[in-house]
Amino acid sequence: MFDATAESIIALNHIDMNFVKPSGAPLPVLAGIDVTVHNGEILGLLGRSGSGKSTLLRIASGLIKPSAGGVRYRGEPLMGPAEGIAVVFQTFALYPWLTVLENVELGLDAARLPAKDARRRAMSAIDLIGLDGFQSAYPRELSGGMRQRVGFARALVSDPILLLMDEPFSALDVLTAETLRTDFLDLWIGHQLPTKAVLMVTHNIEEAVLMCDRILVLGSNPGRIVAEVKVPLPQPRNRLDASFHSIVDEIYSILTSRMTEAMGSQSQLHGGLVQQLPEVAATRLGGFAEALAAAPFDGRADLAQIGPALALAANRLFPIAAALHLLEFAELDGSTIKLTAAGRVLAQSDTDGRKRLFREHLLRFVPLAAHILQVLSDRDGHVAPRGRFEYELEDHLPRREAEKTIRTAIDWARFAELFTYNDRTRTFSLDRAAA
Amino acid sequence: MEQHAEILAGGNWQQRAPGWRDLIATLLVLGVVILLGIGTRQMTAPFAIEHQPEISLSLTALPLYTLRTVMRMLAAMLASLLFTFTYATLAAKSRRAETVLIPILDVLQSVPILGYLSFTVAFFVGLFPGNVMGPELAAIFAIFTSQAWNMAFSFYQSLRTIPTDLDEASRSFRESAWQRFWRLEVPFAMPGLIWNMMMSMSGGWFFVVAAEAIAVGDLQIALPGVGSYVAKAIEQRDLGAVGWAILAMTVAIVLYDQLMFRPMVTWADKFRFEQTAAQVVPKSWMLDLFRRSSLAAAVGHPLSTVMRHGARARFSILPGKTMPGLLPRPVGDALWLGLVCAALGYVGWAIVQYAGSALSWNDARAAVRSGALTLARVAALVALASLIWVPIGVFVGLRPKLTAKVQPVSQFLAAFPANLLFPVAVFLIVHFRLAPGIWLCPLMILGTQWYILFNVIAGASAFPSDFREAAASFRVRPWHWWREVMLPGIFPYFVTGAITASGGAWNASIVAETVRWGSTKLTAGGLGAYIAQMTQAGDYPRIALGISVMSVLVIAMNRLLWRPLYAYAERRTRLD
Repeated sequence: MFDATAESIIALNHIDMNFVKPSGAPLPVLAGIDVTVHNGEILGLLGRSGSGKSTLLRIASGLIKPSAGGVRYRGEPLMGPAEGIAVVFQTFALYPWLTVLENVELGLDAARLPAKDARRRAMSAIDLIGLDGFQSAYPRELSGGMRQRVGFARALVSDPILLLMDEPFSALDVLTAETLRTDFLDLWIGHQLPTKAVLMVTHNIEEAVLMCDRILVLGSNPGRIVAEVKVPLPQPRNRLDASFHSIVDEIYSILTSRMTEAMGSQSQLHGGLVQQLPEVAATRLGGFAEALAAAPFDGRADLAQIGPALALAANRLFPIAAALHLLEFAELDGSTIKLTAAGRVLAQSDTDGRKRLFREHLLRFVPLAAHILQVLSDRDGHVAPRGRFEYELEDHLPRREAEKTIRTAIDWARFAELFTYNDRTRTFSLDRAAA
Repeated sequence: MEQHAEILAGGNWQQRAPGWRDLIATLLVLGVVILLGIGTRQMTAPFAIEHQPEISLSLTALPLYTLRTVMRMLAAMLASLLFTFTYATLAAKSRRAETVLIPILDVLQSVPILGYLSFTVAFFVGLFPGNVMGPELAAIFAIFTSQAWNMAFSFYQSLRTIPTDLDEASRSFRESAWQRFWRLEVPFAMPGLIWNMMMSMSGGWFFVVAAEAIAVGDLQIALPGVGSYVAKAIEQRDLGAVGWAILAMTVAIVLYDQLMFRPMVTWADKFRFEQTAAQVVPKSWMLDLFRRSSLAAAVGHPLSTVMRHGARARFSILPGKTMPGLLPRPVGDALWLGLVCAALGYVGWAIVQYAGSALSWNDARAAVRSGALTLARVAALVALASLIWVPIGVFVGLRPKLTAKVQPVSQFLAAFPANLLFPVAVFLIVHFRLAPGIWLCPLMILGTQWYILFNVIAGASAFPSDFREAAASFRVRPWHWWREVMLPGIFPYFVTGAITASGGAWNASIVAETVRWGSTKLTAGGLGAYIAQMTQAGDYPRIALGISVMSVLVIAMNRLLWRPLYAYAERRTRLD
């Protein structure tokens, strides 16, 4: 169990991170972040995609340098990847041309060990993580779960003091992820690892509550810490406990309130154009509204319940909830979502009715869609290049987010039959026949 | 941990009694070593331009000639690899070097290969006076120029596209630059590099034949080899000797493929980056033989241990630290830019001085006019070859059994030096008194049209069968089937093939637009004929002019036609 007075393993102080906008001006992605990971704890970084949590992890690993602020690893300034820090990657990052054993030995490349010792240590890491028998296999012969085990063995073979994990279970299926999580926790609780502290990035709320001693919730644009949640439950934890559930609910409410707040403030900025649209297909919104309107929810549901009921992970559920909220088909309040009157109509309409209603709301509540329509109506020929709008957005949003927002706008407008888009010429147009 | 003892001891190979595999493997290795030894000794023999050994047309001399030709090829390939590993790595690692090296590479690869020969042969001959090494190096250099550029490009591209996660893993595990190079960069680049080596090799046979009989002005050199053998045969109007040379070359190419490339491709299969199992696993009897021979394993084991240790060694000059810049970055950039501009300015001035004294505007007009003629020929030939080979390629590619038979043949034909066949064609043209202006043209694309065929076959056989089944079940009409289904499907492959074919046609124009049969000389006009003529006369300023015009035309064609087409093909056939 972790103790607040324990020594700091790594400390990130006043971290700012800026990317560069097309205009050359800095675009902040992380602002004023302070994180300290203490001896003996698993610290979780939880946030939506685009909150910069992976960037923060890379700063802690020394892979990238922050624009401002400093990192101290065991009291010394961190100047790049250091001995004693190991990373587990979301995509495993195994070398496909090396066998399992060789991949694990890679973790010792920097150590200048004699070949025999390196092999012995690699074998014991392979043993520890449950890979024995697979040492001569190539990664492509392994299932996802086994591949990530190689990722763990490679990270652990060098006896790291600090283990950094970047969404290590998110590329695995639910069952495999659960097994690997439990196996890792067993090693951690049983003090079978030399590792003193873990910093883990995740977007899965339950996973964070299950594994971490402390969770930092990140808000987006720019990424900053909006809440710290302590998890004082003893390991191993039970997902069905009431106390477990109340922490999960608490985090859901923090995230939704952040989301509604952010959407409110965004719509005031720059005439609302810079509203980041959640990446979710229009047809999905109708389907979700229908499910929400039906029993057992009858138009109102707890996010922590409807997610699992519809088999939606948090990272899929939040965009849908956000989109419905933004289009005023639903209202988010704390950790509950409630259909509005328009939302109920949407749920009951046929396809044509849905399209009509969707079009109305799209024009009223998504300034970007209204703006594109305006530009198209004003122009001769009713055609405008995509780059124009992307450029407008990129001045305020990171490139990836701008791209996503445009993609969503296109999808929604296509569904609403508001305007069309031709990907070959990368232009928007009013004329439906042109697409 | 006793269960891992065998791994700790280094693999689980056992000592067995030597078997037939060992015998064959030993014979193969010894044979290759001895042949290499013979070839090398001859390549360093004394040599005087004035008293060159006569090229013999006797059949018994041919095997040795073929060996020498093959040796040149091998030497050039090694040089190309060395060049690739250094030049491309430098370009990929240093931002400043990249701004200079990559444009240079782009120009270098559009210069006609035989152009290099005429300029460097005097230099190399002077480097080793009285030794055959000089002319040998000139020929090897010419082959090198036909192989190195695309290999370097491929390696550079691979280094620039290393997946972020592997790059981060390598950095977070603090691999030194040396470890990273052998563990990550070379393996990742390997499939692309080997493919480009094969393409280079195919092109190389053409130039090895052309580079052996060198005649620049008064400097006349005939290096013992298949190319000189054919040149001699042409001089003596001996069609039978040409036939024997074709046979010898065929054997050499098949052996090269079986003993070198097939094993390499099979071995490199493990470097494929895709995480899924391959559908078609390349096979090689040669590699199987060596993998299964316990003797080869025993001999190879210490070697592979040394190599593994070599790759694991750190060899970093500055352990763990990057050198802090001596100057602030903008200042360094400005200095670098200034340096590059000064160098460019000097070279430009030197060219103007040199060209101005030797050339007039009339020369430029003549060169551009013949350039236009050759351009028209290349365009027409690529179009014609496409019309013929695209339907055939699709027909073959959609039938897996036929593909398995035709594909190796088409690849062999692409590798076969078409200039060995020229005498046959010229004999026919002379015999039937055909118009050289028209009938010499097909020779330009004779060797490279096969690239269109085998790329189209590859495209058609990779075409997803569910698309075809969908088209069939909707009973798409034939015309629509071609336009909407098949042609878009094979388009990227076709473009790849057509780029290679047109590049090859430009290169071939130098030897195809002017040909001889004994004392009869046929000329079709055009830029290739212009360069060939000036080379024979030893008129360096005009050789340079012709080569520059050709380079400019090739670069223009790449930029204005092929690259946009390629980008379009890539964009259109993406599904996500």
